[in-house]
Amino acid sequence: MRIGIACPYSWDVPGGVQQHIRDLAEALIGLGHAVSVISPADDEKPLPTYVVPAGKAVPVPYNGSVARLAFGFLSASRVRRWVKEGNFDVLHVHEPAAPSLSLLACWVASGPIVATVHTAMPRSRVLLAAYPVLRTALEKIDGRIAVSEAARTTLVEHIGGDAVLIPNGVATRRYRAADPLPGWPGEGGAIGFLGRMDEPRKGLPVLLKAFETLGTERKGLRLLVAGPGDVEEARHRVPEALRDRVVLLGQVSEEQKIRVLHSVDVFCSPNTGGESFGIVTAEAMAAGAPIVASDLEAFREVLRGGSAGELFATGDAGDLARAAGRLLDDPARRADLSGSALAAVADYDWSVVARDVVSVYETVVLGRTTVALAQ
Amino acid sequence: MLTYVVIIVTLALLAGVYISWRAGRIDRLHNRVETARAALDLALVRRSSVAFELASSGLLDPATSLLLAGAVHGTRDGERPRDLAESDLTRALRAAFSQPGFRASLAGRDGADELLAEVEAASHRVFLARKFFNDAVAATRDARRRPLARVFRLAGNAQLPEFFEMDDSMANGATAGMQRLAG
Repeated sequence: MRIGIACPYSWDVPGGVQQHIRDLAEALIGLGHAVSVISPADDEKPLPTYVVPAGKAVPVPYNGSVARLAFGFLSASRVRRWVKEGNFDVLHVHEPAAPSLSLLACWVASGPIVATVHTAMPRSRVLLAAYPVLRTALEKIDGRIAVSEAARTTLVEHIGGDAVLIPNGVATRRYRAADPLPGWPGEGGAIGFLGRMDEPRKGLPVLLKAFETLGTERKGLRLLVAGPGDVEEARHRVPEALRDRVVLLGQVSEEQKIRVLHSVDVFCSPNTGGESFGIVTAEAMAAGAPIVASDLEAFREVLRGGSAGELFATGDAGDLARAAGRLLDDPARRADLSGSALAAVADYDWSVVARDVVSVYETVVLGRTTVALAQ
Repeated sequence: MLTYVVIIVTLALLAGVYISWRAGRIDRLHNRVETARAALDLALVRRSSVAFELASSGLLDPATSLLLAGAVHGTRDGERPRDLAESDLTRALRAAFSQPGFRASLAGRDGADELLAEVEAASHRVFLARKFFNDAVAATRDARRRPLARVFRLAGNAQLPEFFEMDDSMANGATAGMQRLAG
């Protein structure tokens, strides 16, 4: 099949949706399909051969955080050209309700269109009601996929129509083994965090607050933080006495990220909301890290209700400190959780997921012509 | 003896008059803050509504429309502090307006020029209204900081007015920063 995939967020910036698209595209290519991905991207950076750059993304506030998106008439004309030249059997747009390429692709194209919804966006209903232009674009979608029950619920409640649930895939093999970073986790134990440091919803402030308690109680405990954001600004949020035990790596490469997961005794996902699946959490599971995560619906689901990782009251630094403390004190429990996490995450491997996605494609293309420009 | 009484009474009267004049001034300043706040409110609401009009005009591509609509909605739903939500709207407008060739792409479209001009004018009025409001706040805070005002509690129970800080510059990059500093 010839598959055109639209990615709304900048390819160069690490993020769940981009990672999803990369892994899906590669899994589809592995299954023998021809794949082209259109994505905002910096021109200088090398891109995989299957990615078509649609120009630089612009950082704009959206849905309570800053996103790097491609919008405007220039992006629209690039998408139009891509659709025209691609001659796709199916168009697969991701996060169509974000103001970026996916929405533009729905707007300019006609033919079999599949959409994957990643994030729970409660605002969509209001926006859709107010904007016929959006409704028209989104009504062209023939098949909808939601990556989690939470995302599906939002879609059903706020946009209408139903969606098949196909959870995110994880390239589990890539995460299974890696060398810890030199000197980690160390004798005093270590807690890890991955994600944007400057986005409150990722929960770093909650973890830093909990570390004030944990770090004071346990003199050797260290905190390893990796992710984009201002390192200095984050460092200043740590009390001075603890600063030398909080290691902030800033943005790291994919390979280093996997090493980070293998460098800690406990991995923490303290997100306070907006997370529809928590790919980072699933990757930590694939690395066999014992996990402490917020009690968000998405995390509860992927961690099998708490049997594959500890859950703590969302946003509650005290509860996080207690849960992480219990795990740090109990190596047997950690080994137990690590094993359960590895077993649970096998269901999410991309090889399983890509086949499910292809069957959605096959359903919508049945008896249809290829994707073309809308009249 | 009588002379002293007269002098003391006169002085007390003068002091009373002076203090009540000062209290009146603080009261007037508070009124000015209230008036300026109402003007700022109005300017923000007006900007939000013309931005909404632009977003739903069908002139823009759906992605830009949605971006603006989302930001407008953010200024109304009360989920985020107002200064942050209004700053987000400024940034969304700035992102839309600073696309290379943005104006040219809309040239000749029905009502486009008027609508763009309205959005820009409304944005500029927000900039002005906020400047005047913060000005009034600064004067009031200064008057209330004086020892006499503090000792005699001349401001009564009126709350100390707060500055309203937000990103309200439609210019891009360095210029925006400079304008903010200057403002």
